[in-house]
Amino acid sequence: MMAQYLLETQGLGISFGGLKAVENVSLKIKKNQIYGLIGPNGAGKTTVFNLLTCVYKSTTGKFLLDGVEMKNLSPDRINQKGIARTFQNIRLFNNMTVVRNVMVALQNRPEYKCSILDSVLRLPRHFRVEKEMRAKAKELLRIFGLEEDRNNLACNLPYGKQRKLEIARALATSPKLLLLDEPAAGMNPQETEDLARTIRLIRDQFDMTVLLIEHDMSFVAELCDEITVLNFGTVLAEGDTQTVLQDPEVIRAYIGG
Amino acid sequence: MEQIFSTLVNGLSLGGIYAMIALGYTMVYGIAKLLNFAHGDIIMVGGYLIYVGMATQMPLAAVLLAVVGCVVLGICIEKVAYRPLRGASPLAVLITAIGVSYFMQSMAQIIFGSAPKMVTVYDFGAVELFGATIQVSSLVTLAVATVVMTVLTLFVKYTRTGRAMIAVSEDNGAAQLMGIDVNRIITITFAIGSALAALAGLFYLLKAPAVSSTLGAMPGIKAFTAAVIGGIGSIPGAMLGGILLGMIESVSYKITAIAPYTDAIEFSILILILLVRPTGFLGKKRREKV
Amino acid sequence: MKIGNFKLRHYINYIVIGILTLVLGTMSLTGTRFDNSLLFLLEKVAISIILAVSLSLVVGFLGELSLGHAGFMCVGAYLGGKVATLLVPMLGNGPLTFLIALIAGAGAAAICGIIIGIPALRLRGDYLAIVTLAFGEIVKSLFQNSSDDSFGGSLGLETPRYDKHYLFILAFLLVLVTLAVIQNLIRSKHGRAITAIRDNEIAALASGTNVTKYKLLAFTLSAAFAGVAGVLYSYSNYTVQSAKFGYNYSIEILVMVVLGGMGSINGSILAAALITWLNTKLATVLTGDLAVLQNLLYALILIVIVIYNNAPALKGFRDKYNLGALAEKLIKHDPARVKDDKAKWDVVPTKISMDEILSVDLVPQDHDQGGSK
Repeated sequence: MMAQYLLETQGLGISFGGLKAVENVSLKIKKNQIYGLIGPNGAGKTTVFNLLTCVYKSTTGKFLLDGVEMKNLSPDRINQKGIARTFQNIRLFNNMTVVRNVMVALQNRPEYKCSILDSVLRLPRHFRVEKEMRAKAKELLRIFGLEEDRNNLACNLPYGKQRKLEIARALATSPKLLLLDEPAAGMNPQETEDLARTIRLIRDQFDMTVLLIEHDMSFVAELCDEITVLNFGTVLAEGDTQTVLQDPEVIRAYIGG
Repeated sequence: MEQIFSTLVNGLSLGGIYAMIALGYTMVYGIAKLLNFAHGDIIMVGGYLIYVGMATQMPLAAVLLAVVGCVVLGICIEKVAYRPLRGASPLAVLITAIGVSYFMQSMAQIIFGSAPKMVTVYDFGAVELFGATIQVSSLVTLAVATVVMTVLTLFVKYTRTGRAMIAVSEDNGAAQLMGIDVNRIITITFAIGSALAALAGLFYLLKAPAVSSTLGAMPGIKAFTAAVIGGIGSIPGAMLGGILLGMIESVSYKITAIAPYTDAIEFSILILILLVRPTGFLGKKRREKV
Repeated sequence: MKIGNFKLRHYINYIVIGILTLVLGTMSLTGTRFDNSLLFLLEKVAISIILAVSLSLVVGFLGELSLGHAGFMCVGAYLGGKVATLLVPMLGNGPLTFLIALIAGAGAAAICGIIIGIPALRLRGDYLAIVTLAFGEIVKSLFQNSSDDSFGGSLGLETPRYDKHYLFILAFLLVLVTLAVIQNLIRSKHGRAITAIRDNEIAALASGTNVTKYKLLAFTLSAAFAGVAGVLYSYSNYTVQSAKFGYNYSIEILVMVVLGGMGSINGSILAAALITWLNTKLATVLTGDLAVLQNLLYALILIVIVIYNNAPALKGFRDKYNLGALAEKLIKHDPARVKDDKAKWDVVPTKISMDEILSVDLVPQDHDQGGSK
């Protein structure tokens, strides 16, 4: 039987030296949803991402992916369990080509297993795996319109494409849940529009569940099925996007007061 | 008993020297975020400048020349070698620093030759204390080191410049936004560190009256060890680490069985501390922002 | 040129070194008497290439600074030399003894590599550099103070003599092995993972890369080949003295890697050969106090090349007058190589590099920056 929620956090919290950065955050995200996590600066949104990707260990609470509790995992293990992310300040492998950026993420999948010995001795498996990965990476890049750039260095891409490449790289690990940290930051309206279309496309084509942090409210309103609002590390409101965005409490948290 | 007492005094005075060098490392590391590999070699330059200055037969003039010369040198190194790399990767800066260290050692050897130069700055003689013969120079070293470190601590705590230094070490960018001239602060830090290194050079000459191009290499690395033990970026930490290392070294030299392994012991302690407590005893934890 | 999966340009360095080995080896075996100093130089060049290529794996590709490479070599030289000395009476001074000595030396160095690799998992940058430096000094000191009948103490260890007319052939065969292992590793998914860790460790982790495994792999492999170079050294020199393997020797190897261009295997090979040759030439010209000019040259190479390649202010200049890019246009685009001319460190976001130096723990301490932008 499938779990009711793809991601369920129960009372998740972390404190840094007495300061509670995130407290009692409970999210329930259904499969195939695009879910928004919003809130003013410093509300702890990125910290939630860091907890979900095991960059930080939570001090309270737990979270379940597809009904299975994720605990005591390193960031690379949690990725292999099915949570991939992008970063607020883009983190690409700058000195590597675009296609290689994607391949780094692809190569940890079990189907591209190839031991060190295979590679050093250049056994047939090495060549087969490399060829398959390259083809797969190209396919992914085509979806994001990056195929033409595949042999450019990642650092030479324009900003918008760097964001897309980061998403493509996260997808390459074939996650169940994709976390996007301010994907539209620094984009112009045209690019934002384009991004919204891409995220929907990912959801439909890859059967993906997306949790995203975003400040652009029209972007959130247009894209997200449900949202949770964080303020001072705690949940302020949650539920259907339109309802929550009209909640006076939420508006007050945003405009201050 | 006399043995213990003289070992203690030796350890403390050696520790004082290490502490002074470690202070230079720790301040530069805290503020400019770089490991100034060439710091040890400034000690050596200080030693040679004293050697040159002793031509006047006036020890004080020689010391003054060394301090001023080292300060100028330190500032130049920062401007020429490190400033162009600000914002570059730590690896690039580190390799450049190693290059600078190598450069100074080779230049010293070219100018002064490879044979050590003998130089007696001042003969303080020795006194009998609790039945042990103690070199007065050790006591002088200890006294000067204590005074210098006290002054430095007060300087950082209570002057405008000192507080600006703390601000820059906490958050370079924010300090700049608050109107602090970061370049000036870094220059001052290098100047102070180099002055301390020059004094360390003087004390080395008081201990053993010979200067060679590699005089500063080993003390430099050991003092960095001291800075790490105490917690890099922390001024009291550098003092603690220096004294601790000095004591360890002086005790280790006294025990015949392990004396030849003294360096190995000190470095093993470094590795151990970095593994168990990478922030040292008094250092602050830092974490990468994700 | 491409024949199936075989891309000629990927193997050009094996081919050149292979042909060289074949020609000189055949000549030597069929009776041509080479000058002894030439044979010695060839051995030294081979040793340097192995050292530079193996250090390049850690410095150029993993992006960590090791200042103790000579220390690993030292372990290999002493252990290999000792094993050879013990085996010669039993097995004779033949290839079998050499092989066993080689395995012993490389194995011992590899174990040290693992020991140093463990701090590498927790420490970054400057701290790690100091740990490797400390390791080198510890190793030196231990062998220096060893008893006379174990490793010869300060007098050094006497090692078996090997026929000079064969040794350089073995040395170059080992260069080929080193290249095969390290270059094939780098041009595979494993090498990609190592380079990814250099470029952005957090992103590599987030992409599912087992950073622990790859860091240990790079350190161990690098140390093992330094050990191989050490065994060769003991065979080439007849005597192993710990004083030789100090900090200065580690720096000399680093100079080769920096001069060759970080992250370029072929560059490391050329630079290793060049510097070794230059050292021998300079040794005859620069005698006495002048010998130090060689160190001055190293110092300038390090400073000038690193500042030129990394200074943010020189970026425009670099892009305009880029030898690497020119060469690339002349040859052919080679996406398999990690481009040394582009392997700039300044593209690492500066905001992170500040913190990265001290990111020695992951214990949460200050609160997060939330969605600040």
